[in-house]
Amino acid sequence: MKRVSKELKELNDVTIRFAGDSGDGMQLTGTQFSNTTAFIGNDVSTLPDYPAEIRAPIGTTYGVSGFQIHFSNIDIQTPGDSPDILVAMNPAALKVNLRDLKKDAVIIVNLNSFDIKNLRLAGYETNPLEDESLHGFDVIQVPLSNLTSKALEDSGLSVKEIARCKNFFALGMMYWLYSRPVEPTVEWIKSKFKSNPSIASANEKVLMAGYYFGENTELFTTKYHVEPAKLPEGTYRSISGNEATALGFLAASVKSGLPLFLGSYPITPASDILHELSKFKNFGVRTFQAEDEIAAITAAIGASFSGALAITTTSGPGVALKSEAIGLAVMTELPIVIINVQRGGPSTGLPTKTEQSDLFQAVHGRNGEAPIVVIAASTPADCFNMAIEASKLALKYMVPVMLMTDGYIANGSEPWKIPEPDEIPAIEVKFREEKEGYFPYSRDENLARPWAVPGTPGLEHRIGGLEKANITGNVSYDPENHEFMVRLRARKVKNVQSDIPDLKVTGDKDADLLVIGWGGTFGSITEAVNRARKKGYKVAQAHFKYISPFPKNTGKVLKKYKKILCPELNLGQLNHLLKADFPVDIEPLNKIQGLPFKSSEIENKIESILGVL
Amino acid sequence: MSDTEVKEIKYTSKDFTSDQEVRWCPGCGDYSILAQMQRSAPDFGVKRENIVWISGIGCASRFPYYMNTYGFHGIHGRATSIATGVKVNRPDLSVWVASGDGDLLSIGGNHFIHVCRRNVDIKIILFNNRIYGLTKGQYSPTSEKGKKTKSSPFGSIDFPFNPLSLAVGAGATFVARSMDRDPKHLQEMIKRAANHKGTAFVEVYQNCNIFNDGAYELLTDKSTKADNVVVLEHGKPLVFGQNNDKGIRLNGFTPEVVNLTEGKYSVNDLWVHDEFDPDTTRAFIISQFTEKPGLPTPIGVLKQETKSTYDHDLHEQIDNIKITKGEGKLRDILFSGNTWKVGNN
Repeated sequence: MKRVSKELKELNDVTIRFAGDSGDGMQLTGTQFSNTTAFIGNDVSTLPDYPAEIRAPIGTTYGVSGFQIHFSNIDIQTPGDSPDILVAMNPAALKVNLRDLKKDAVIIVNLNSFDIKNLRLAGYETNPLEDESLHGFDVIQVPLSNLTSKALEDSGLSVKEIARCKNFFALGMMYWLYSRPVEPTVEWIKSKFKSNPSIASANEKVLMAGYYFGENTELFTTKYHVEPAKLPEGTYRSISGNEATALGFLAASVKSGLPLFLGSYPITPASDILHELSKFKNFGVRTFQAEDEIAAITAAIGASFSGALAITTTSGPGVALKSEAIGLAVMTELPIVIINVQRGGPSTGLPTKTEQSDLFQAVHGRNGEAPIVVIAASTPADCFNMAIEASKLALKYMVPVMLMTDGYIANGSEPWKIPEPDEIPAIEVKFREEKEGYFPYSRDENLARPWAVPGTPGLEHRIGGLEKANITGNVSYDPENHEFMVRLRARKVKNVQSDIPDLKVTGDKDADLLVIGWGGTFGSITEAVNRARKKGYKVAQAHFKYISPFPKNTGKVLKKYKKILCPELNLGQLNHLLKADFPVDIEPLNKIQGLPFKSSEIENKIESILGVL
Repeated sequence: MSDTEVKEIKYTSKDFTSDQEVRWCPGCGDYSILAQMQRSAPDFGVKRENIVWISGIGCASRFPYYMNTYGFHGIHGRATSIATGVKVNRPDLSVWVASGDGDLLSIGGNHFIHVCRRNVDIKIILFNNRIYGLTKGQYSPTSEKGKKTKSSPFGSIDFPFNPLSLAVGAGATFVARSMDRDPKHLQEMIKRAANHKGTAFVEVYQNCNIFNDGAYELLTDKSTKADNVVVLEHGKPLVFGQNNDKGIRLNGFTPEVVNLTEGKYSVNDLWVHDEFDPDTTRAFIISQFTEKPGLPTPIGVLKQETKSTYDHDLHEQIDNIKITKGEGKLRDILFSGNTWKVGNN
């Protein structure tokens, strides 16, 4: 075999997108690439993008599944605006993703899939590899399917099984191109296909074939290297938002000494939290896959009544169904956490796409005056902290807490510096046991009522959704009592302010503009602010993790800036909530496309507000 | 429950009476159900603090306020799912649901069939008055077709549910019926439900004297009861009638009323009730007596079976996995998967 001499080029920062049919294994390929990349010390941020259909018609544009990975030798915040390189497994994948690429991006295509049939399925009249439509791009045509078949010609596998291995060829090739080790994936293949050794060895063989193809082919003249990022010292793993959420609640269960009860009904994009927590039976976690969203939360309320750390996971449509039950938890003053992994709405909306349009629903979406605590995670790894925080607040104040995440951070992943369990503070919980002076609706200094769980002798009591008299907890229709209780429940939620950190402002002290946001837009906003500041703009940033109640210093912070910009993936819901409480002018930047912000979109807005320097 | 526990407890019905003023309409059948429950509870052999009553919305759902146990007055239709949460988290508790025909079979119908399917170890008492009482008199899912109510002035066009057939079909492991005006029988059914391990369903015919008065009069009035009600007893033939002069025989799959005084049939020809019959076909046929003119209304235990319960299986799974995988350690889980180190540590 002839050796091809290759140039090695250092890069600081790369964005790759794998794209193919939803049956092509692109999510797996992307996940493997990002895990390996994180493993060798680059900072990584990922963005999976898949269709709602499990198997849309093969070869069509509806069925295209993608996975974007941004990695770097510095601390990065987002999965990258535009890919530097696209791996397109078929014409449909090329067609769907072309408009997102950088002008001079590299496109690697599976040449074998560009036949008449697939071109027609993708809606191409002429072959883009043969006309001018890819002008300016660096197109590399690899006969990926043929090379895979050739590598497996003696494997004894069926044609179909062989075809399914081709994603590993692409992965191996990309490992070579970006100087990544194959070992972590080889290990993974061995354990994943433990029960099917012939598939395991085929996948490994194809992975290696892809790797060596990169080394030997004349198609690639350059190989790239990205130095590890200088991350803070510690032990790391790659984690998605949904995994981090699950681990956060597991940690909260351990730290509070309470059994974790999850009532859940499967829903995209929240189901992975249910899947994760179902694995932790040896921690005593009770997962209950209910018959519907309402049963899921009401079972959780029953579990809370009987002394569990009770949570329910869902997405917007599920929250709508749970609304009445959330009101019940407000009225019965029981601790419960509702996790909303937001997706595009209204109604069924865009199940697999991200959005931030459930904030009004979270804060106000119930009958009656029914305040709850609403908090939001800002990155995949932050979901861990916020799950613990949600549990802590619910248990301390005996209130429902809604934790907002979204499809983008739930499915996206980043390196996570794993905390030592000993460093996570304990969550103090005290069940009421003394009979003396017990009343179901008496109050502690936080206005929380005592948690007296069934099984406690002498504290038998009845609670429910009817208005209760303060202290005694008896059903009360008294007009003054009702107003008193409405105000008390509002005050109780407001009191949480004393427990939460102040709104943190970063960036320029003498900034001309404050960029605010909440939840999963943190990465895009941070990157945009950093870039603008590099250009010389004076910009500050503040990101809300606590929305109901807002941090104590919110008004003070907002008042300080002449101009405020609030990018949101909705029509301005945080903006409205802030304006209702504070007399400030906030410029909106709204995007409702089921997609996260590109940093450049926010950066452009910052520049247009502050003018040309 | 353990034997020692039984000896410790000496409750009377008063111990189960809460300090709350009972607010049902005077003459309501619910009073009797409450009284029979308070009289039966001392015999459960369960400490008062380990009993939880859960309800949804409706007249019947006020029930937990009046029982001096732990209680939860939930939202409409969701009593069985709240109860599921309590029982799954705390299998040591004795969990009871009080629900009406609207609450359990209309808005809560989905949860009802699923709790039966899972065989969660809870006891469900259905207060069936065949009418919406609390919302002041609309037809319910158990109202007979053609019923004239406020929301069906020209007669309801809905076919009703047969609650017993539904429970048998959904897989409830204990299915029984009783009546508010048969206190002794009702107490017996309550106690037998209490002793059952698994989802126990007891339908109680309950008179709403305001909106549906006399719905069950034929079954409860002394002069007509014997000819219209057959009491199911395990191992005994289905005999009924003023002078025990009638019986039911099974002709293929068709139940028939036969006269025992005419010489053609004797007690030996009758259907002998078997509560434990593993084939639910006969229980289903009994549940359908009320759909067929001429057949008496059955009360008593239609069926019971021993089957593992959801709450038990969940905790057994937890215990088994703790043995095979070892008690969970947070650090091991957090640091699992592909990890890597940055820096010198």
